[in-house]
Amino acid sequence: MPGMFIDVQVDEAVAKDPAIVKKLVEVCPVNIFAQQDDGTLRIVEENLDECVLCDLCVRAAPEGTVRILKLYES
Amino acid sequence: MRFYEYESKALFRRHGMPLGQSGLAHTADDARRIAGEIGGPVVLKSQVLSGGRMKAGAVKFADTPDEAAAHYDAIVPIVVNGQTCRAVLVEEKKGIAQEYFAAITWDGRHKRPVLIFSDMGGIDIEEVAETHPEHVSKTHFSSLLPITPRIAKEAIAATGVTGQALNRLTPIVFELMQVFLRYDLTLAEINPLARLEDGRFVVLDGHIDMEAEARGTHKKLLEELGIGAEETRQAREATAFEQRGAEINAQDHRGVAGNVVEFDGDLGLVIGAGGGSLTLFDAVRKHGGKPANYCEIGGNPSVKKVQELTRLILSKPGVRKIAVMMNVVSNTRVDIVARGVIKGCIQSGKDPKDVLAIFRIPGAWEDEGFKILAKYGVDYCDRSVSMYEAAGRAVAKLNG
Repeated sequence: MPGMFIDVQVDEAVAKDPAIVKKLVEVCPVNIFAQQDDGTLRIVEENLDECVLCDLCVRAAPEGTVRILKLYES
Repeated sequence: MRFYEYESKALFRRHGMPLGQSGLAHTADDARRIAGEIGGPVVLKSQVLSGGRMKAGAVKFADTPDEAAAHYDAIVPIVVNGQTCRAVLVEEKKGIAQEYFAAITWDGRHKRPVLIFSDMGGIDIEEVAETHPEHVSKTHFSSLLPITPRIAKEAIAATGVTGQALNRLTPIVFELMQVFLRYDLTLAEINPLARLEDGRFVVLDGHIDMEAEARGTHKKLLEELGIGAEETRQAREATAFEQRGAEINAQDHRGVAGNVVEFDGDLGLVIGAGGGSLTLFDAVRKHGGKPANYCEIGGNPSVKKVQELTRLILSKPGVRKIAVMMNVVSNTRVDIVARGVIKGCIQSGKDPKDVLAIFRIPGAWEDEGFKILAKYGVDYCDRSVSMYEAAGRAVAKLNG
C-alpha cells in the first residue's frame, strides 16, 4: 500500500546500484528501503508513512537522485 | 503491583524486620498444623488484595488448632471487595501495648518519597491526620542522595515518641525506607507496627506496592516470592479492549501508544505527555464529557502504533468522536501523531474532520503536523489554547 503522507522517488540508476542501495538501507531509521537478492532497490511501501523526514537517504545518494515527497503539501 | 500480606512480610523478613511466627495455610489441616506449631492463640487472616478484611469477617482469632481449622473454612469463601481469598495467613496473636503506623510512598507534588509516621497506628491514617494531626509526621527524603537513620528518628520523634521506643523504632522505620528505595516501590507500609507488652516491636500487618514498570528489574525477587509473570495484580481483569491496547503498544519499541483503560463514555481519547493524560481526562469530565477510554501516548510512537490505537478506540461501541490532546511535547512529533490518527480514522471508514473533535498537540514539528491536519479539514489548535479549554471544545463539539 503506497504512503498516504509520504512518497519516495529514486532515480533508476541509483535503484540499480547495489552500493548506493546498501547505503540507503543502512541510513534509513524506519526501514523504507530494502535490498533485493540481485542488489537492486525495493521501496517498502508499508513503511513510507513512518518517514521522519531526516533526509539521510537524500544525503546518502548523489544529489537529486532521491526525493522525498510530502503528499499533504500537494 | 500490590503484594499480598504474606509476600510483604516475606520481603520484610529478608530485611531483618521483626515478625511474629506464622505460616500460610491452603487447607484447614494446614491451619490446624500451623496453629499447633505456634502453640498458643493465633490470628487467621484472609490473603486478599484489599483492605476491609476485618469488617468483612475475613480476620478471626483462634485459641486452639481445631478452632483455627474451623475458622479457615469460614474465611476462605468470604469475598472482600470483589477479591477472593488466595490463602490464609495463620500468625501468633500478641499482647499489644501500643500500635504505630509507618509508611513510605511517593509524593508526586514534591517529587520525592515521603515517610509518614504516627504513634496512633492500627486505624485509618487519614482519620488520625484529621483528628490528631500532632500525632502524624510527614518527612520527605531524597531518592538520589544517601539516606541515614537520622531521618527516620526525627520523623518518629516529631510525633512525641521518646526513649527506648524511639531507639527501637528507628532501625525498623529506616529499613522500611531502604526497602522502598531498593525495590522501586510506590508504597511500603506497616500498620500496625506494634509495641508488645514485653517492650519488643513487631510488624503485625504490611502492604507493599511495586511500580509495575519495575517488575523486570526485580524479576528474581518476584520469582523467589512466588509472584508469577502472568499475575497482573490489577483491581480487575483487563478487558479485551485493554488487552488489544497492550498488544498495540508492544508491537513496536518506539514510544508509547497504549496503557489503555476502558470506560463507558462516548468520547474516545488519544491523550498523553508528562501527566497530560490524567489532566486531560479530568478536564473532559470537568466539562461534563464522558470518556470512552483512558490511554497514554508519548515518546514518539510510530505512525502505525498511533493508527492502530485510533482504530481500536473508534471500534469501541458507543464512541462518537475522538479528542487528540497532549501537553506541549518535545519528545513526540506532532506530525507523526497527526499522520497516525488520520490514517486510523480513514482505515476505520471515518472522515477525520467529522470524527476528530479536536487535535491539540503543540510542540515538536507542529508546523508540519498542522499542514497535515489542515489538508484533512481537522479542527486543531496550538499552545495558545489550554488543555482545559481544548477538552471543553471537544465536549462541546460532541454535544453540539
